[in-house]
Formats: sequence, structure tokens, C-alpha cells
Amino acid sequence: MNNTTNVMIVGVGGQGSLLASKLLGHVVMTKGYDAKVSEVHGMSQRGGSVVTYVRFGDKVYSPVIDKGEADYIISFEVLEAARYLPFLKKDGKIIVNSQEIDPMPVITGAAEYPENLLDKMAELGVEVSAMDALALANEAGSQKAANIALMGRFSKFFEDITEEEWLKSIEACVPPKFLELNKKAFYLGRNS
Amino acid sequence: MKEIMLGNKAFARGLYEAGAEVVSSYPGTPSTEITEEAAKYDDIYCEWAPNEKVAMETAFGACLAGKRSFCGMKHVGLNVAADPLFTISYTGVNAGMIICVADDPAMHSSQNEQDSRHYAIAAKVPMLEPADSSEALGFTKLAYELSEKYDTPVIIKMCTRIAHSQSIVDTEARVVPDVKPYEKNIAKYVMMPGNAIKRHPIVEQRTLDLIKYAEETPLNRIEEGKDNSIGIITSSTCYQYTKEALGDKYPVLKLGMVNPLPVEKIKSFAGSVEKVIVIEELDPVIENHCKTIGIEVTGKELFSIMGEFSQSVVAKALGEPEKEGCTAIDKLPVRPPVMCAGCPHRGLFYTLSKNKLNVLGDIGCYTLGAVAPLSAVDMTLCMGASISSLHGFNKALGKESENKTVCVIGDSTFMHSGMTSLANIAYNQSNSTVIILDNSITGMTGHQQNPTTGYNIKGDPAGKIDLEALCHAMGFNRVAVVDPYDLAETERVIKEELAADEASVIISRRPCALLKYVKHKPSLHVDTDKCKSCRACMRIGCPAISFKNNKAHVDNTLCVGCGVCQQLCKFDALLDKEGE
Repeated sequence: MNNTTNVMIVGVGGQGSLLASKLLGHVVMTKGYDAKVSEVHGMSQRGGSVVTYVRFGDKVYSPVIDKGEADYIISFEVLEAARYLPFLKKDGKIIVNSQEIDPMPVITGAAEYPENLLDKMAELGVEVSAMDALALANEAGSQKAANIALMGRFSKFFEDITEEEWLKSIEACVPPKFLELNKKAFYLGRNS
Repeated sequence: MKEIMLGNKAFARGLYEAGAEVVSSYPGTPSTEITEEAAKYDDIYCEWAPNEKVAMETAFGACLAGKRSFCGMKHVGLNVAADPLFTISYTGVNAGMIICVADDPAMHSSQNEQDSRHYAIAAKVPMLEPADSSEALGFTKLAYELSEKYDTPVIIKMCTRIAHSQSIVDTEARVVPDVKPYEKNIAKYVMMPGNAIKRHPIVEQRTLDLIKYAEETPLNRIEEGKDNSIGIITSSTCYQYTKEALGDKYPVLKLGMVNPLPVEKIKSFAGSVEKVIVIEELDPVIENHCKTIGIEVTGKELFSIMGEFSQSVVAKALGEPEKEGCTAIDKLPVRPPVMCAGCPHRGLFYTLSKNKLNVLGDIGCYTLGAVAPLSAVDMTLCMGASISSLHGFNKALGKESENKTVCVIGDSTFMHSGMTSLANIAYNQSNSTVIILDNSITGMTGHQQNPTTGYNIKGDPAGKIDLEALCHAMGFNRVAVVDPYDLAETERVIKEELAADEASVIISRRPCALLKYVKHKPSLHVDTDKCKSCRACMRIGCPAISFKNNKAHVDNTLCVGCGVCQQLCKFDALLDKEGE
């Protein structure tokens, strides 16, 4: 459907993309949108390239996002942001954690981690918003909250969802004992 | 109440609302969360069974006793449970019984992409196929009614994109039907030839009755379109891709019940359009049905018999314009799944690889032992096949292979179907060396308990099978236990057991590094003055170790301080927090 917003959350298995997608799905549902969130479980979770699709609008049919359809790519890692570029609309935006994690072919020496990927993406005319989500998460108290710091930055792109609404959804999606940590990480990301 | 819910969670909600009381499953992606979520309802008895056959028979027993029951599995799990399925079709049920089978087109986490609809056809049982979370919930409730009305188990077929997508559902209260008292009925439930021969016509009549139901049920619905030059018959995710790509351009016959398929409804739909296109993933099941009843349709001429579809696949096949995205950056390195940092399997696979052994593998995280740089695994087939194949390998080659071939199998997979294979080695006496990778959990599917862990699905204490005692009881004299973090000891034991002139079992024991109770040591770091860039530490393929500025580098966000890499460094360059 034309008014559907398409968000891809990409990264390396184990980085916390499930919680990020759960949070986004929850907050858009509370705003009254129809929504679908497609997750990855099983083998590809083990340190592989993972992608989660979040779609919301008046009526959402497909759970997946295809090439040329994403309005936003939220990436937990630089190489993964570059990998999914063909999925991004020509005027789409990328929010990326500046962390670089070597994939196994780089570790074994069969390939090299590409240099200057952020610059290369910008050269292609893509609007890239890069941030050190890991540093913000550490400032909040644990590197595990990098996912929520990243969502904090992303939240600034949606003016019709208030800070309070985001925080309510964080409360609904995060276990109580990690709530303060994640709220702090969200603020740090949102104000970065 | 409106909630956004994972397809599998919505399925579990349907079980709860419909008053299901007994659930028995074996985990398998993408079906696992149905049973995990069902276990969160205290009103439902839930368990992990050792395998899918046991689960299905347990669910059958519960429905025979008069309570609504369920068992869930992935597509290949239904191969294991096919034996009871084909005969439960004959006996029918007492209270309702639902079987979930979750297919995995595109093999996100599977060894093949078989199409489970063939099982429903072959076993002659009805199969429903939801297209989102809301249908997963609603179809589950309806399936119990069908099961009881038509005296049949009902299969609900999920697939990765329905099981693992969240969408919005409306929840209702739980309603538990009265227990259907168990009554002895030898003619119905004892399937010896004289009785079974009388049940078969009942099965055939049931299919005819279900076809009548398929003609009328709103599960199979026609959605009007603007242009009657094409009519589309589809189901499940393909329905969603079709609507996403085409909106209400063409009329659509959306099938929610995929076995048995309607005849008159399809004929009448085909009569209302100029051309019929069938859109279905994997095999041409609906397409072949249409052709059998004399309807000309186009299906696999336009669509692949392999993998998953999407809205753009549908758009392209129907001549709609394609969307263009940003330009790709060429030659990006791939990122395949890898064993986690601190994975106990790593030390074992390094040892097997170093000694150039033949390794017959099995299903689980440790299948990743086949990935470079370890490249240790020679073969992976199905659950339990490692042990039986090793026996066959050694029977074929004898002394030529016995001292350089092993098999590896996880604790959960061993319980699933490794025990009978081990019995074959004990009975038919091959000189085989079996390695059980005991990481105290079912790992790949996301940490489920199993009969060796001592805990049940709710995490409460449960029976615990002692692997050493079990192997001894089968007649193995040589049962050794090693810690795979200790490379020297692991290598010593493997060499010793391979050299022995009788069969042996080695239990490589160390809990999965991702388990919450496992305490990690602080990250290691590299003394770059000591590092001689020899890359010995890179041979274990740990995702936490890379090379930066021609020196080893440890990623402190990943390293859990397992110390395996330290044992490979001849220059003591990998140091722990204390600098040792």
C-alpha cells in the first residue's frame, strides 16, 4: 500500500535486533497503525547477517520488504548497512551504528573488510546518520543497550510519535530490571 | 483485546482460548515458539518430548483420554512423526487433536525445503494454512471443532514468514469444553488388519465430507477484483504477496484449507475469469489439483518450485513494474552464521580438524563445525544419522576407517534419535568412536530443555538421564568425559579412544556459552609486543579474534575469556585481565 512505512533493522546475529523490532512494532500499534514485523530465528541468528522487517500503515499485507522499498535502514553494524543498500528507496535514510565487526571470511583472510563504507554510501547520495551507539550504551550502563540507543536516534525521524509514547512502549517491551538502563540509552540516542 | 503478536504466539493463544490441555512437542525452527508460548499458560500442560514421534503419540493419548491436545514440529519433524500420523488418520480422535507443521521455504534454518502438504494428502487428514497471526489464532480454534466434528486429527501448516512475523490479533477468553469421557472401543482404536480394513472406508468418506465443507467454508474465500482477465488462486504468505503487489486488481480465491481442496468452488471461480494463475511456494499442489479437475491454470511456468516468494516476485511474474533501490556496493564480504565466541564445540572441532579425522555430523549448532576455517564436518543428513552412518562407514571400511573416523551428535539430538543408532553399534559391534557434544541444552532452536538437562519446559527440576550410565547399560566399556576447553586433554582422549580396539563414547561436556547461568571470564587482550603475527589463534575461527595492523586483536564486546586461543599461542601474547 502506498502509505506503508518500511523499516529494515539489520545487523549481526546476537546484537539485539529482535528487541528493537519489537519496540518499533509495539509503538506503531499503539498509534493505531496496522503493522507487521518479520523476525529471524534459528541458525542465521548465530553471528550471521540478520534482517528484520517492520512495516506499518493503514493496511499491511506482506511481512517482508523487497528491493527498493525500505524508507529506513537501521543498522547495528557498518558492513550490514552497506549490504542492504539495494533494499533502500532512492530517497531512503540509513541510521547506522559505527561499530565494525569482521565477518568470518575477513577473519580467515579470505576477504578484507571494505574501507570507508560510510563515505561510499554518502557518495551514492544516501542520507546516512552514523552514531557510536556502543559508546552511548556503555554510558547508559551496558553495551547490550546499543540497540535501544540506536532506536533513540531513529525516533527523531517520527514527529508524530512522542517521547512519552516511545517510553511507554519501552516499558512494555523490556524486563523491569533493565528498564532504567534502556530508558537512559534511548535518551542518549535521541539526544545525540 | 488488540495485541501485536508473533504468528507462533498467536497459535499458542488459539490453543489457550480453545481449551487445549495437553501439549507435547520437539523444538524445531520455525515451530518452536508455539510450545514455548503455550507453556506460559498455567492452564495447559506442556512438555518437550524427546522427539516428534513421541510428541505426536503423547498428544494422541491425551485426546484419546478426552482432552484437547496439540503437538508442534518443523517440516522434517513430520518425517519422524509420520508413522503415528498415518494411523491416527484411521483411528480418528476422541477430543480434538491438532498437529502443527512449520515449513521452511528458502531453508533459513533447515536441511531441505520439503512441502508438507504432501503429508496431509498422503495421510488423508485435513490441513489448514493461516496467512497471518490473526488467522493462526482463529484457525487453531476452528481446527479443534473440525477435529471433533469430522473425527480426525487436523494439521495446521505454518511457514517461516507466518510463524516468525508479528501482526495484530484480537484475543478472547479461554473456553474449556467438557472432557469427552474415554470409552473402550476396540474396533476404532486397535488398528490390526481386521479393524483397520473397516476404518479405511470411513477415512475415504470423511475426505468426501470434508470436500463438501471445503466448498462452503469461509476459510476458502473469493475476493473481488477490478479486472477479470486474470483470477488468482493462492494461500498463506503468497496471498499476502499477491495483495501487496496487486491490491484488488484481480479477483483472488484465497484458500485457508489446503487439504482437501474444493472442486466446485474452484470451477466456479475459474468460470468467472479469463485465465487462472496459481501462486504457491514450493510444489505445484494446488496447480496439480486444478489440472486434475479439468481446470486450465498457469503456475510453475511463471513461478519457481524453489525458495520463498515476495511481492516483487509476484509483481514481476504478472508484468507489473519493478521497483528500483539504491545502487549496490560491489564485493562486500558475506557474513555466514558462525559458532559463537566461547562455544564449547570450537575446541573439539579444532582438535578433530587438526588430526584430519573423518567427521560424520548431525543436526544442531555444531553443524557449523563444517564452516571454514575449521571445516571439520564431512556429512550432515538428519537427526541421529551421525551415529548410524558412522556404524555403516566402519562396517564398510573396517580397520581402514575405524581409527580415523568419528561422529558428533548433540545431547538433545542424541536423545531425539541417537540412542537407537547407538544400540546398533552396541548390538552389531562396529569399532566406532561416538562423540556426544553435551552442552546441557538444545542450542540451535534457542535453548530448550531436554531429557539430559534435569529441567522441564518451565525450568522446574525434572527427570535427568545420565548419559554415562546409559552408554554403560548399552554395553559400552569405554565411556570418557572431556572438557573441550582443554585442548591437550581433548586430543589425548580422542586419540586414545580411536586407538582402542572396541567401540567407545566420548562425552565432550561444557554448557553452551550463551546459557544465562554460565559465568563468563573477562575479555582477553593482546600484548602486541609479544604477538609475532603467526596467526595460530586464527585457526579456531573465533569471531572475537581478528587481525588489525598485522597483529591479533580481541573484540572485547564478543570475547568471553574461554582461553582456547591462549592454548594455541606459543608466545603468550593473549592475556587475561591479570596479564597471564
